[in-house]
Amino acid sequence: MAAKKPPETPNVSKDELLHFYREMLLIRRFEEKAGQLYGMGLIGGFCHLYIGQEAVVVGLEAAAKEGDKRITSYRDHGHMLACGMDPKGVMAELTGRAGGYSRGKGGSMHMFSKEKHFYGGHGIVAAQVPLGAGLAFADKYLGNDNVTFTYFGDGAANQGQVYETYNMAELWNLPVVFVIENNQYAMGTSMKRATRSRTLWERGAAYGIKGEAVDGMDVLAVKAAGEKAVAICRAGEGPYILEMMTYRYRGHSMSDPAKYRTREEVQKMRDEKDAIEHVRELLLQGGHATDEDLKLIDRDIKAVVNESAEFAKESPEPDLSELWTDVYA
Amino acid sequence: MATQVLMPALSPTMEEGTLARWLVKEGDSVKSGQILAEIETDKATMEFEAADDGVIGRLLVAEGTAGVKVNTPIAEMAGEGGAASAPPAPAGAAAGTTLAVSGPLSGPVAAVPAPVKAPQAAFPDWPAGTPTKTMTVREALREALAEEMRSNDRVFLMGEEVGEYQGAYKISQGLLDEFGPKRVIDTPITEHGFTGLAVGAAFGGLNPVLEFMTFNFSMQAIDQIINSAAKTLYMSGGQMGCPIVFRGPNGAAARVGAQHSQDYAAWYAQIPGLKVAMPYSAADAKGLLKAAIRDPNPVIFLENEILYGRSFEVPVLADFTIPFGKARVWREGTDVTIVSFGIGMTYALEAAEQLAKDGLSAEVIDLRTLRPIDYDTVLASVQKTNRCVTVEEGWPVGAIGNHLSATIMTRAFDYLDAPVLNCTGKDVPMPYAANLEKLALVTTAEVVEAVKSVCYR
Ligand SMILES: Cc1ncc(C[n+]2csc(CCOP(=O)(O)OP(=O)(O)O)c2C)c(N)n1
Ligand SMILES: [Mg+2]
Repeated sequence: MAAKKPPETPNVSKDELLHFYREMLLIRRFEEKAGQLYGMGLIGGFCHLYIGQEAVVVGLEAAAKEGDKRITSYRDHGHMLACGMDPKGVMAELTGRAGGYSRGKGGSMHMFSKEKHFYGGHGIVAAQVPLGAGLAFADKYLGNDNVTFTYFGDGAANQGQVYETYNMAELWNLPVVFVIENNQYAMGTSMKRATRSRTLWERGAAYGIKGEAVDGMDVLAVKAAGEKAVAICRAGEGPYILEMMTYRYRGHSMSDPAKYRTREEVQKMRDEKDAIEHVRELLLQGGHATDEDLKLIDRDIKAVVNESAEFAKESPEPDLSELWTDVYA
Repeated sequence: MATQVLMPALSPTMEEGTLARWLVKEGDSVKSGQILAEIETDKATMEFEAADDGVIGRLLVAEGTAGVKVNTPIAEMAGEGGAASAPPAPAGAAAGTTLAVSGPLSGPVAAVPAPVKAPQAAFPDWPAGTPTKTMTVREALREALAEEMRSNDRVFLMGEEVGEYQGAYKISQGLLDEFGPKRVIDTPITEHGFTGLAVGAAFGGLNPVLEFMTFNFSMQAIDQIINSAAKTLYMSGGQMGCPIVFRGPNGAAARVGAQHSQDYAAWYAQIPGLKVAMPYSAADAKGLLKAAIRDPNPVIFLENEILYGRSFEVPVLADFTIPFGKARVWREGTDVTIVSFGIGMTYALEAAEQLAKDGLSAEVIDLRTLRPIDYDTVLASVQKTNRCVTVEEGWPVGAIGNHLSATIMTRAFDYLDAPVLNCTGKDVPMPYAANLEKLALVTTAEVVEAVKSVCYR
């Protein structure tokens, strides 16, 4: 990816920049805390952190309106925070407590919020892709102008059901934005070792779907691309593909020894492309905020995250009777 | 403010690990994100990062120490007195809030792997006097694969992360080095595709061993397994067989939730044309996997993540196989027959041990293969004990235990002094919460209770 750009003067308000800063920082601090709770044994099973990819969900949420839907994989904490779900409820689900979004029954990979139109949290790689098209199908059927953001990884992009979905989505002009979060690795497999395609978004062309690659470490670029994609879908000309070029700083999950890439590679990305640092510079150099202002934000975010961790530790385990509920409606 | 750095949990099933190397010394200032130590789990060596900025105080556990339990204090760390660190360096939370909490409210649920004694087998799988060595199930599987790949160059291993990553669960560790990328093949994430491709390769004269990272993902490929692999020999009037092995971990690990915790034993055992093995011990894992690779039929080979790290005695023999369709009697007894397989054996054997203290003598049978099933060994045992309890992790409807109950009823009705009871997982998707997951899984206590009930105690 390109080296760090000199901060330009973007067409964005101070309030919006501050909002992006806050939202991305919330995700990062939340994930760091989740990693710590995992190490302490308070979170179990698989736990996939979103650190590094924050600009993707924050930028796209800025292009969404009430009613729009989102669905993603197991790497879902960032998506939930960005669409306004309560950090307490997310963290308490991570610890498997009654106060969690799925009342402790889903865990890190399986959370949902009907209220926020967040449809999960799916553990089977790429299974969410046809599901996302189905959500869009429902909206089109019902005659509203909602759009569904269907997120999946570069690894997931090799599953056959993605292409079955592309074909139907274009055939029926479904209002779905396919968001490929290309963080360059699927577990330990770099994209180069999994495909000869140079890009993933161009595969849509075989089905007549338009799309583009986007600098997924630049929240402003993400938002702009999101607005374009959403407008196309709302006009009945969907679907659209956005390939977000991004990077995960941490291992695939907590148990990934990450020997397939160098620490230097990770460090370089953090130093040169970090999405939060980018917005921080825009804020400082544009004179929109002082160091002091940003420290205050940091403090606020830390408080929110610590509060969520406290809640997640103190919330009781689900009642034993919950074992048998929700199997059938 | 000084805090303690605790031994971290680094995988769903980790309970202890080796502190392989300290990368900091006492008195060092560290930044959040800096690597403090290398920790070896049974699967991998992991780097352990500082959660906060601070200064390393005493190192409490020397490097090279094995068996360090999760949450044991391993070092002391002094925070940097609240000095604000410059964002956005990942500064983490304030000192005192990170790894300093007293202990987890709920630990991992996997039992600590204690080496399991070799049974006094009623019929031995290897000649008396054969030397044995202690080995984990993981090592035994790896040895079986390597031996079969050495002896037959048409055998190849294919799957996600089997090569360069050395296996998601490290079964294939070292195999890429020995056999090269022609025979140890990393696939894209594309189960339905690579399964069909491997089935085709088997039609074409090769002997594929296909690894599903876990059997949960075989659902993406189920059509090729059943419609293509299992049925083609029959549909071709015997012309075209499919010598392939589908293997990988099956069933619950620890708190990996509903989509990653399913036991497929009964599902695959239902399919004519497939063979199904589900080993418990390392010796069986090795002997059955070698037999599976040589078998001219498609074989489903169901492993278990929790068993991977358990140790057993394995015979040292140049060529050791276990035939399909032969159960193993792990423990002889007179009052009741407990039949199980795979991880279910853990509960069956524990229950037998407890029951012995209550004066009940249980015979414990490990089916080892579910297609074919060794009915004769089960029926002979039930004719002796007149009572039977089955144990498995899968769901209760259409369980292997149901099928055994029906078979016993049909073929040994007059010998039964009580109905056969099936101990199974609960009839719900696997919950994530620690307390609910414990309830959802079959337990030793339930087996003990079932035995007492069929013995009218
Ligand atoms: C069908 C299926 N196969 C394999 C897995 C195991 N697995 C989980 S995540 C993953 C890698 C996915 O990579 P990518 O799609 O790039 O998403 P990322 O993790 O980078 O967000 C694999 C192989 C799975 N969960 N489901
Ligand atoms: Mg990826």
